[in-house]
Amino acid sequence: MQLNLLNKTISASILGAVLATSVAFAPLQADEAADKQKGFDIAARSDRSDNGFTSSEVEAIMTLVNAAGRETTRELSFKTLERENEDVGDKGLTVFSTPRDVKGTALLSHAKILEPDNQWLYLPALKRVKRISSANKSGPFVGSEFAFEDFTSTELNKYEYKYVGEETLDGMKVDVVERFPRYKNSGYTRQVSYIDQDVYQVRKIDFYDRKNALLKTLNFSDYKEYDGGVWRAHTLAMTNHQTNKSTTLSYGEYKFKTGLADKDFVKGVLKRVR
Amino acid sequence: MPKTMTAMDEFAVRLANGVIKKRWLVILATILLTFGIASGMQYLGFSNNYRDFFSEANPELQAFEEFQGTYTKNDNFFFTIVPNSGDVFNNETLALVEEMTEKAWQIPYSLRVDSISNFQHTWSEEDDLIVENLVEGAVDLSQEDLEKKRAIAIAEPLLRDQLVTEDSRAIAINVVVQYPEKSMNEVPEAVAHVRQLRSEIMAKYPEHKIAITGVSMLNTSFQEAGFGDVSTIIPIMYLILIVLMAVTVRSISGTVVTVAMILFASLIGMGVAGFGGVALTPISLSAPTIILTLAIADAVHILLTMRQHMREGESKHDALVEALRVNFMPVMVTSLTTAIGFLALNFSDAPPFWHLGNISAVGVVAAWLMSVTFLPAMMSFLPVKVAAKKGTSDSNFMGNLAEFVVAHNKKLFYGIGAFAIAMIAMIPQIEFNDQWTEYFDQRIEFRRDADYANEFFGFYPIEFSVLAEGEQGVNDPAYLAKLDAFNQWAKKQPNVTHVYSISDIMKRLNKNMHSDDASWYKLPENRELASQYLLLYEISLPYGLDLNDRINIDKSASRMTVTLSNVSTTETKEFLDNARAWITENAEGTMKATVPTSAQVMFTYVAERNVESMIAGNVIAILAIAVVMIFALKSFKIGTLSIIPNGLPILVAFGTWALLVGTVGFSVASVASVSLGIVVDDTVHFLSKYIRGIREKGYDRAGAIKYAFEMVGNALVINTVILVIGFAYLATSNFKINADMGLLTALAIAFALIFDFLFLPALLMRGSGKLIAAKPAETNDSNVEKKNAA
Repeated sequence: MQLNLLNKTISASILGAVLATSVAFAPLQADEAADKQKGFDIAARSDRSDNGFTSSEVEAIMTLVNAAGRETTRELSFKTLERENEDVGDKGLTVFSTPRDVKGTALLSHAKILEPDNQWLYLPALKRVKRISSANKSGPFVGSEFAFEDFTSTELNKYEYKYVGEETLDGMKVDVVERFPRYKNSGYTRQVSYIDQDVYQVRKIDFYDRKNALLKTLNFSDYKEYDGGVWRAHTLAMTNHQTNKSTTLSYGEYKFKTGLADKDFVKGVLKRVR
Repeated sequence: MPKTMTAMDEFAVRLANGVIKKRWLVILATILLTFGIASGMQYLGFSNNYRDFFSEANPELQAFEEFQGTYTKNDNFFFTIVPNSGDVFNNETLALVEEMTEKAWQIPYSLRVDSISNFQHTWSEEDDLIVENLVEGAVDLSQEDLEKKRAIAIAEPLLRDQLVTEDSRAIAINVVVQYPEKSMNEVPEAVAHVRQLRSEIMAKYPEHKIAITGVSMLNTSFQEAGFGDVSTIIPIMYLILIVLMAVTVRSISGTVVTVAMILFASLIGMGVAGFGGVALTPISLSAPTIILTLAIADAVHILLTMRQHMREGESKHDALVEALRVNFMPVMVTSLTTAIGFLALNFSDAPPFWHLGNISAVGVVAAWLMSVTFLPAMMSFLPVKVAAKKGTSDSNFMGNLAEFVVAHNKKLFYGIGAFAIAMIAMIPQIEFNDQWTEYFDQRIEFRRDADYANEFFGFYPIEFSVLAEGEQGVNDPAYLAKLDAFNQWAKKQPNVTHVYSISDIMKRLNKNMHSDDASWYKLPENRELASQYLLLYEISLPYGLDLNDRINIDKSASRMTVTLSNVSTTETKEFLDNARAWITENAEGTMKATVPTSAQVMFTYVAERNVESMIAGNVIAILAIAVVMIFALKSFKIGTLSIIPNGLPILVAFGTWALLVGTVGFSVASVASVSLGIVVDDTVHFLSKYIRGIREKGYDRAGAIKYAFEMVGNALVINTVILVIGFAYLATSNFKINADMGLLTALAIAFALIFDFLFLPALLMRGSGKLIAAKPAETNDSNVEKKNAA
């Protein structure tokens, strides 16, 4: 009898505890969902501020610096065609002009959201186009600290988001949003992006590697507003905290709406570009 | 007390009386000072970086640092995985490798992970270049697939005998790590993770052995060897010395005070090291053992003299004062010379030896100061029982020995002289060997794992940053051809297990670009092709597996890694010399400046560097010690003469080592100055008594020799026994560098006693006998002649 009573007391207290916990956690769960939504909203507002640029052309200089302080540069140009909708990515054509030995080498890419991008490379010395079949998304781009995905346009649906909070960065009010890759074979567990509250542009991204240690930081600067309210950063500086190497991408003037179309982003054009 | 007191004798007597009078103040001050300084120990840390064994000025270190600034740091973990079945190409082993490769990315500070599972296998299909992991989904591979993987892996020059053995018995995973070097805990943190990973994997795949080696394991082993030594050697050393003290000094209170004194001296030495921000290594950790061995000598001399006088019926107070008076000078001089010997280690190229030298020097000086203050203060109130003098004197043996030496001085002089010369002639036979795996004994896990891994894979990487002509130079066909020739040459060298260079990648890509036609497995014929292949390859590589650690960013150099099997230092040197010769003969232009570098290269020359840098240190130590001797003995001739009995035993010890052992690590460089500082003590005690015999007691040479034997013979034997045991006990260290140093020093100390007893008196008996005047003030030859005649 007594035992029974004791059991009842225990059951009651367990029940009480469970109830209390669920009450305590309920708002937390709600908060989590809210943070996800808010993170997505901020990222989407930033991403969509770009909508309608149609196409762009720009030239850039990439400066690589190793841990010993030695520098080297590569010059390249980018042509980009805006995606049709948010379920696919932009199309891009990258042409190398220096170093001399790779002049005319051209990379065509059709970005995908969750599958590996389609990539074709034209090798002028071989006079052949090769399709690159690789599951790798985040490999380094031509020996730099950038992965190809780091500096090409970000696809909104590649990530899940979480709003972290507000901060001040270089005198700007920024929203801090974490994003988690949804695609396989990513080298990153997460990225922390800093998006200003004024014109909604990404100002900084911290990249965390597979073991969730800070790997790289990308700083966006020299933003300029072009016609149609499209913003572009003209200096992208990537620092690798683990190897102490860094790469800076300096862009020239962007040209928009240059009449590029789908036909300019097919395998066949690769041989003709220069 | 004798009437002929020197100024120093007077000072010693005043000091003794003063100390005894204010003994409580002295004791309190000693304890307070000791613990004040010992508080510095809280700042001590353990080194876990092999680079700490090299000074900033070391040219091999500088070359390697530059190399690592260009490519990647070379710290790594290397897992050797061996299935009991004897063949790694089965679903289970490959699944293990796949899982472990994936998990290895979680190792703290890891930069990249390489294994055959994530090896980027490239092949072509029509106009597609396919880049994929060589092994994926290993659990479901069919027998046919497994054989296909085997064929690819064994044929691939980048994998064969580097990540899988040609006979398929073992497979490996290499993890490159880069530490921020901000905290001492980084290496232990990574190592703990790695060991945990191994345990997990071995529990899941029980039919496998996994050995962990690599630079990070080497680094952590320095720390573990140091811990091992501290926890085993030091307590046992204390025990041995307490027993020895109890037996020789035959006084409980004397033993207790001495143990307290040496403990204080060690604490002070380590405390100073802490304030100096020293990172402890197994080498500097032998300092406490050395201090306690050395500190004991001062106490033994003073306690033995006190006991001698008490047995002759003097009161404890008088005996104590007299003990201090007669020992003050020799104890000071021996401590000074020992400290000089240790301080000379600052000339070494290896910072751990600076630390060892400085900690020991501080400890020795502290012990000396305490032996003339704290020791008499304590002894003055502690009870000392001494049996009355018995009929037989224990100095009888010493007296007989003295007579024997005097009688046979000619035979002894030439006999021992000839022996010494014969042994010294053996010195060139000594071979340096600094195989760093063998620094550790079998008690250290790294050594056992290294021995096991060595059965399957090479161990010692030699890196070459092969220089090209300017930016993009690595794509020049002439460069690639030379690089390939160098690679082919290296593969044919004895003890080479693997060679890694981009020429092999270029050949594979060229084949891939030509529909995998085997006849295209050759270098691309122009630089545009080579550059564009590389660009293509780089774009297709995944995160962490890029070529940034293989090619300089401006493509003005690429890295070739040659892996050597478990080779000796001499064999490594042969390879390096041959490689340099190949470069001189075959390389053109910029490539001529290509040099080998790596941790192995640093260790290959560590002995030479240290011997070289210690030559100046040893010369200065010898001169400084001779000067101290000249002043202490107040005789230029005897002081200079002392170099012979001081120097010979060390040289003979080296010769004996050459005969008995043959090889030695870089610690050899430290032995000369350390043992010189110590062996000089015997000579100081013997000669100071000899001179006292002539000047104070008016003996002739034979009489003074007998006097010296009777006065200090026993103390020297006891001291030598203690020192030999103390240093020889270092041979039980986990760390070979300490063991070598300990044994060699013990050998030198043992020889020193033999030389001081049998050779030095014979030497003093030789010649005209004009070595010393009766009184220091008057250098009167006739005086000496008269005494000798008497």
